[in-house]
Amino acid sequence: MDETPSLIQIKGIRDGLLITLGGAAWPDLASAFVKNVDERSSFFQGARVAINVGANELRVAELSALRDQLSERGIALWAVLSESPVTETTAQNLGLATRLSMPRPVDVREAAEELPVDAAKWVKGPLRSGGRVLFEGNVVVMGDVNPGAEIVAGGSVIVWGRLRGVVHAGAQGDEKAVVCALELAPTQLRIAGEIAVSPKKHGKSQPEVACLKDGQLVAEPWQELTGR
Amino acid sequence: MTAKVVTIASGKGGVGKTTAVANIGVALASRGQKVTCIDADIGLRNLDVVLGLENRIVYDLVDLIEGRCRLRQAMIRDKRLPELYLIPAAQTRDKTAVSPSDMVRLCDELRQEVDWIIIDSPAGIERGFKNAIAAADRVIVMTIPEVSAVRDADRVIGLLDAEEKGPAALVINRLDPAMVKRGDMLSVEDVLDLLAVELIGIVPEDENVIVASNRGQPLALDAKSKAGQAFQNIARRLMGEQLPFMDLESQNLLQRLLGRK
Repeated sequence: MDETPSLIQIKGIRDGLLITLGGAAWPDLASAFVKNVDERSSFFQGARVAINVGANELRVAELSALRDQLSERGIALWAVLSESPVTETTAQNLGLATRLSMPRPVDVREAAEELPVDAAKWVKGPLRSGGRVLFEGNVVVMGDVNPGAEIVAGGSVIVWGRLRGVVHAGAQGDEKAVVCALELAPTQLRIAGEIAVSPKKHGKSQPEVACLKDGQLVAEPWQELTGR
Repeated sequence: MTAKVVTIASGKGGVGKTTAVANIGVALASRGQKVTCIDADIGLRNLDVVLGLENRIVYDLVDLIEGRCRLRQAMIRDKRLPELYLIPAAQTRDKTAVSPSDMVRLCDELRQEVDWIIIDSPAGIERGFKNAIAAADRVIVMTIPEVSAVRDADRVIGLLDAEEKGPAALVINRLDPAMVKRGDMLSVEDVLDLLAVELIGIVPEDENVIVASNRGQPLALDAKSKAGQAFQNIARRLMGEQLPFMDLESQNLLQRLLGRK
């Protein structure tokens, strides 16, 4: 297949191989890629692979089929980069990363401030154990966040449900970030550089907001805040 | 005939997947259904032991997939129920001997022959689990009322959603009503509160399960056993019956009056 090289570009990166697929529609692209892998199986054997699919809109069935095909050939697919939000969501649903590396918190303080304040990611819950949401802006979860789930947000986190997993708001150093939930009982709560665990709760739970006050993590009932 | 493929998974080991597959299989077969149980736990097979069919194994799942035998040759007929078959796992190979697409192909062939295909998933969420759920129409997630098992069940339910195999049905195994009453065990409500999926069975703690497993005689055939009854009820719910959950409390009282434990 002569046109194969133009469809598939392979680059070595720190985390393994980055493969850029482009110039054709999806089913052909996927089969060209798998064919390429088969032809050079000794090169690919045991590789950790990230793929960039450009603007292709991929559904769970398509992406999981490719992942299965690759895993049958001893290749671990760990990230899918795409310009399409549909594909990004699909990749996240399958537990794949959608960017190559999370920037280090200290390096990117300026970058965090440049983000539009209203940038928020909408997550349909429940977010179950093993689920992970990583976003530079704010995160809104409609549903419970179960123990074993993790949210890392550059901005604030709002959970319309019970928050029982691990949450890190202001992950890039924003000390004004807040975390609110209808029931705030996280395994661990972090805002910017501060870490706290939930105290044992008694009685009826109520919506609460956690924020940083004078470098201390505090949680307050929602009602108290409505007055100010 | 077009079979329904039901996979039983849990994430955590030792919560009773294999026992459940054996008992649900037996329960369905005792209701006149034609059933094949598949042990997908390659390398650690034991569904054959629980069903008491270990000494009849000639061909196994890997032989079948690699074309060393025909479908009929790998299906071991049960001693008690003529409509119950087992396809055992290979003991000398590992999970990579089978791929998800192999399982889909096998189940598609088998669908024509039976009413139900019940697949026993290995513990874990890796290749073996992916094999076991590949062909499933429905997945039953087993858990016990223990925080770690419930956490793993939650993870598995999330993975099933991501693979578009959801929504899962839940079975809570080994529930001890007395311990729940004392506040020493998670209650059914506690578990459902976290997992938020459809409940399809509650199986009470019953020491006879161990005896039955050792003897290779599934409890679902024992009308006196509470656990066996619970598995019969799960089978009936799978067949579409609307059935209330057993009242475990009052049965305990009755048994106490009768002088049993």
